[in-house]
Amino acid sequence: MMLDCALKTEKLNLYYGAFHGLKDVDFCVYRNAITALIGPSGCGKSTLLRCFNRMNDLIDDVKVTGSIFVNDRPIDSIDIIELRKNIGMVFQRPNPFPFSVQDNLLYGLRVHGIPKRQHAEIVERCLKSVDLWDDLKDKRHTSAMNLSEEMKQRLCIARLLTVEPQIILLDEPCSALDPIATLRIEELMIELKKDYTILIVTHNMQQAARVSDHTGFMLLGDLIEFGDTSKIFTAPSDNRTDGYITGRFG
Amino acid sequence: MSPSKAVLKERIIKQILTACAFSSLLFLFLIFAFILVEGLPLFYKVGVKNIVFGMKWAPTKGLFGIFPMIVSSFLVTFGALFIGAPLGLGCAIYLAEYAGRQQKLFLKPALELLAGIPSVVYGFLGVIYIVPFIRQFIGGSGFSLLATSIVLGIMILPTIISISYDALTSVPRSYREGALAMGSTQWQSTSRVVIPAAKSGILASCILGMGRAVGETMAVIMVAGNALKIPTDMLDPLRTLTSNIALELSYASGDHRMGLFSTGVVLLSIIMVLNYLANFVIRRTVIK
Repeated sequence: MMLDCALKTEKLNLYYGAFHGLKDVDFCVYRNAITALIGPSGCGKSTLLRCFNRMNDLIDDVKVTGSIFVNDRPIDSIDIIELRKNIGMVFQRPNPFPFSVQDNLLYGLRVHGIPKRQHAEIVERCLKSVDLWDDLKDKRHTSAMNLSEEMKQRLCIARLLTVEPQIILLDEPCSALDPIATLRIEELMIELKKDYTILIVTHNMQQAARVSDHTGFMLLGDLIEFGDTSKIFTAPSDNRTDGYITGRFG
Repeated sequence: MSPSKAVLKERIIKQILTACAFSSLLFLFLIFAFILVEGLPLFYKVGVKNIVFGMKWAPTKGLFGIFPMIVSSFLVTFGALFIGAPLGLGCAIYLAEYAGRQQKLFLKPALELLAGIPSVVYGFLGVIYIVPFIRQFIGGSGFSLLATSIVLGIMILPTIISISYDALTSVPRSYREGALAMGSTQWQSTSRVVIPAAKSGILASCILGMGRAVGETMAVIMVAGNALKIPTDMLDPLRTLTSNIALELSYASGDHRMGLFSTGVVLLSIIMVLNYLANFVIRRTVIK
């Protein structure tokens, strides 16, 4: 099977004011696979991830050059609402809205005008796909703020699944979670891989090694190396990658 | 060993600052004591019911009914809210969610200036422009519930804007990002996530704005017409609790003077309830 890129960049450069945040990045996120971005803090991995749903637009003084393709279409030719609906994002800290579980899940459906009669079925399906249905089916009208951190993060994933994205961006989704919860979210990612394309940014190398099929290593805005996860972690071709994964720096 | 000079100095400074802090409490206590001592006796003499629900204010004839003024105070307050709340909230939302650095740079100082304009100036502008405008184009004498509501609506803007702005900006950025990342428009994120998340702060801003409107005196005297009856129409003149005190205190004596203090007791109670409500609304969110 030919691997095709759901997301792709060519000669992507990004500047925060005078700071050169991404340097000539050529990168690809393969369809129905998990791609991980690793690297030390400030290397640009979150910045690169946020290019794909244009969340960097929210920051003043950001300038982007080069090309980004989503399903082989240039990102500028896609309506931003459609783009963000199609590419869901999970944040570092779980960010459920301060409403009930149910209202969190209905948010996307209401915003995108999905008919009411489908709501119940979608809510149930999405809660099931993040393994929360049994826990929450009777507590859907309680505040989402009272859930555990892990359940909040699962709820956030369920919330974005409601609008049926194809691609999911995860920006260090486990950094606020304990190790057990982290493992369970990782299992969930592998489960989701069947139906979705996943890009995950993580500072946790073991996590990248455990869940991803492809890994990119970034350093100071450069994508140093990108390839199969097994190769990156066992036989990296660049000294700097080797240095980072063996813990000599970072 | 006796404490060093520096330690002693430190202690004295702390004592002085503590005294400063508690002096405000003392002033508050004195104001209460003063108003209650002067105002309560008349409640015993004439009866709470005859004052609070009395329809006629004729202090020289022993009639101290301030019910029309209580109603009027509430009417202008809600009138002011009706005008000031949507305008102020719209402004706060613009500042918090839409304005760029440039717009904030001139809007925020302008709002502070609006808050700093003396109330007599608002009243003056009301008399010169709003009252004649109403007289000419809408009807009546112009001195009216409508004119007062407009003037007060503008005067409570700074309160409503600054407090709801604070409430909106204290909504975590992650909620906005979460909403936008799902493909919401800016307005959907604002109206469906940020405003609901800030609603108690916004409610508190309206209550505090009401407190400001109830307490305003000078501008109200100038545009309200000060007639002693319950207005039945937006164009009717009216007299509020505060106006009553300010208008008559200079020549009142004996029971009449006490009647004005009784008006003050009622006014103070209303303000206290409003402040308590605002605090209650704010505290409830903090706990949640």
